[in-house]
Amino acid sequence: MAQRKGMEVSIAIAEAASACDVDCIAAYPITPQTHVVEHLAEIVAEGELDAEFIPVESEHAALSACIGCAAAGARTFTATSSQGLALMHEVLFIASALRMPMVMVVANRALSGPINIWNDHSDVMTERDVGWLQVFAENGQEAVDLVILAHKISEDHRVLLPIMVHFDGFIVSHMIEPLSLPDRDEVKKFLPNFVPAMRLDIDNPISMGPVGMPTVYTEAKMVAEAAVRGSYGPIVETFKGFGDMFGRHYRPVETYRSEDAEIMMVTMGSISETAMTWVDAQRERGEKVGLVRFRLWRPLPIEDFKNAVRGAKALTVIDRHFSPGGPGGPVSAEIKQVLYGTADAPQIVEFVAGLGGRDINMEDFDQMYGKTKAVLAGAPVPPFELIQVRGGHHGEI
Amino acid sequence: MSDAPRNPVEKLLRTERMPHIWCPGCGIGTSVNCFARAIEQADIPYDKLHVVSGIGCSGRVAGYVNVDSFHTTHGRAIAFATGLSLSRPSAKVVVYSGDGDLFAIGGNHFIHAARRNIDMTVICINNFTYGMTGGQVTPTTPLTAKASTSPYGNFEDSFNLPNLAEACGAVYVARWTIYHVRQLTRAMTKALSTKGFSFLEVLAPCPTLYQRRNKLGDGVAMVQFFKDHSTIKNGASTSEVGLGFQSDMIVGEFVDRQRPTFMDNYNARMKEVLGDSFVPFEGIK
Ligand code: SF4
Repeated sequence: MAQRKGMEVSIAIAEAASACDVDCIAAYPITPQTHVVEHLAEIVAEGELDAEFIPVESEHAALSACIGCAAAGARTFTATSSQGLALMHEVLFIASALRMPMVMVVANRALSGPINIWNDHSDVMTERDVGWLQVFAENGQEAVDLVILAHKISEDHRVLLPIMVHFDGFIVSHMIEPLSLPDRDEVKKFLPNFVPAMRLDIDNPISMGPVGMPTVYTEAKMVAEAAVRGSYGPIVETFKGFGDMFGRHYRPVETYRSEDAEIMMVTMGSISETAMTWVDAQRERGEKVGLVRFRLWRPLPIEDFKNAVRGAKALTVIDRHFSPGGPGGPVSAEIKQVLYGTADAPQIVEFVAGLGGRDINMEDFDQMYGKTKAVLAGAPVPPFELIQVRGGHHGEI
Repeated sequence: MSDAPRNPVEKLLRTERMPHIWCPGCGIGTSVNCFARAIEQADIPYDKLHVVSGIGCSGRVAGYVNVDSFHTTHGRAIAFATGLSLSRPSAKVVVYSGDGDLFAIGGNHFIHAARRNIDMTVICINNFTYGMTGGQVTPTTPLTAKASTSPYGNFEDSFNLPNLAEACGAVYVARWTIYHVRQLTRAMTKALSTKGFSFLEVLAPCPTLYQRRNKLGDGVAMVQFFKDHSTIKNGASTSEVGLGFQSDMIVGEFVDRQRPTFMDNYNARMKEVLGDSFVPFEGIK
């Protein structure tokens, strides 16, 4: 087992991609992802990794180039953030529809405007429907592990889908954290050479990306649905294989002190770690609280989630993005959809917090918890609330 | 202290936003000083001037000038400016941005705005790198120069920007360095007074990233290099002004010509087809 050593998480992610022996990297600079690809450029230049590094002219070009690489049969990696992910938008659908295995790490950051380089989940959540697999890391170790796992899942012939590994910009990306970096030989045992299921090959010509007339488009979407949903089994299997080999275990839905919890916080990304500390403090005071986190966001692990929250009386759901004029945040909306009609479904009290780099601290958790307890004591369930706003949700700014 | 401005250029600056974010020795601030003087000399009222920037160190200019300004998304300054210029033809629209923003992610907009001869002035601060994100290779990084994404030297040919601008149809094209403050101010004045698409390339030091990685000294060292290695050649053929790594450079006014603007062509064609029923667009008030 590799020694734990202190390292900037972005650098560690680049080392993990290198340990995966990727063949092609195409990327464009954007804060706070930049250190990942900069370090990969160094690794390639030093000859430590035999790969093509393509410093393209935009993110739109980056993902397009990645599709070209994957179509040629290369193990492909890229990284982006925020506006960069948004600029890739139309190409994201193409990568998944073409069933191109590739891994993209996303250092989650707010979308403009106003221009903001700090962390929230607006970049991820607006790319929810693009047909990619999506997983969340809460810290650097998880980000490293998930990069390795992602390659294996993406290339699995039962899956063949691109995958995004999300980690919080700055809060995780720029953190120096003690972590264990599997070396190349260990990774090779876990992740054998990439065997493309289909690729452009002059001896066996195929056409990729043709028109889908109304006569086939619906069926193509059915295939996409089956592919993404069907990846669940291979994902769980791959998590297990990784756990057996490296001793670090991942599940589609993670829980913390949730067994007899009456109220559960629902979080994603790095705030989950703050939430755990907060839960510990509450438990010491005798409060029956726990935590549920989505590790896997696509495919949505519906049954795991239902099982995880069974028995809870209320959920406090924290979204890091919302739809102005809509019913609230996307995570809450999906949870409500999943639980609707379930007998004894918990009450859902939803909050939006931590936008554009605003920290979510213990007092914020106290506040959300207090409001959820009030609901259990008989107060009406409030509509979603944007907390941390000067003047309050509906107040003057 | 009197109420009078302490420096003639302060009128154009949002002094409450100072100090600016640029590094000591950076060339962008010097160019803004020239720009402020050029606006005075071209006699453009502030309420008739719009400054549009993209994202990056040079993109910060829009935030510091005390006129209507527009800090847009990365690469899209010219596209925003096209809408602005066509909706308000009486205003002077200036795009002030960096080489990465204008010629990598935004390259497509540049070639089309020049081709259409949209009435705007594009000022490109070319410091051969992406400054704000940490010194990566750009389409203007000279061959063999180092960048954070090309640690053993760039192996891609770089753009010859004046040549590109001329080929695409710009009516006024000039290149100066941060050493040539007077000539640069004059060229900016001229560009601001020219109808149609004018382009200015401003070679500028980036001591923090480009120079440090390439061991080229501080900001002053680069200005000294500009002084020692530039030759003024007005009217030079733009095909001869390409730049190599620390090569000698030709500076001057290269193109000064007239072509009908997008609006001229549009109005002429519509008049031809629709006759007296056509009412030319005067711009929103
Ligand atoms: S990084 Fe370079 S371009 Fe940016 S402010 Fe500093 S010196 Fe200027």
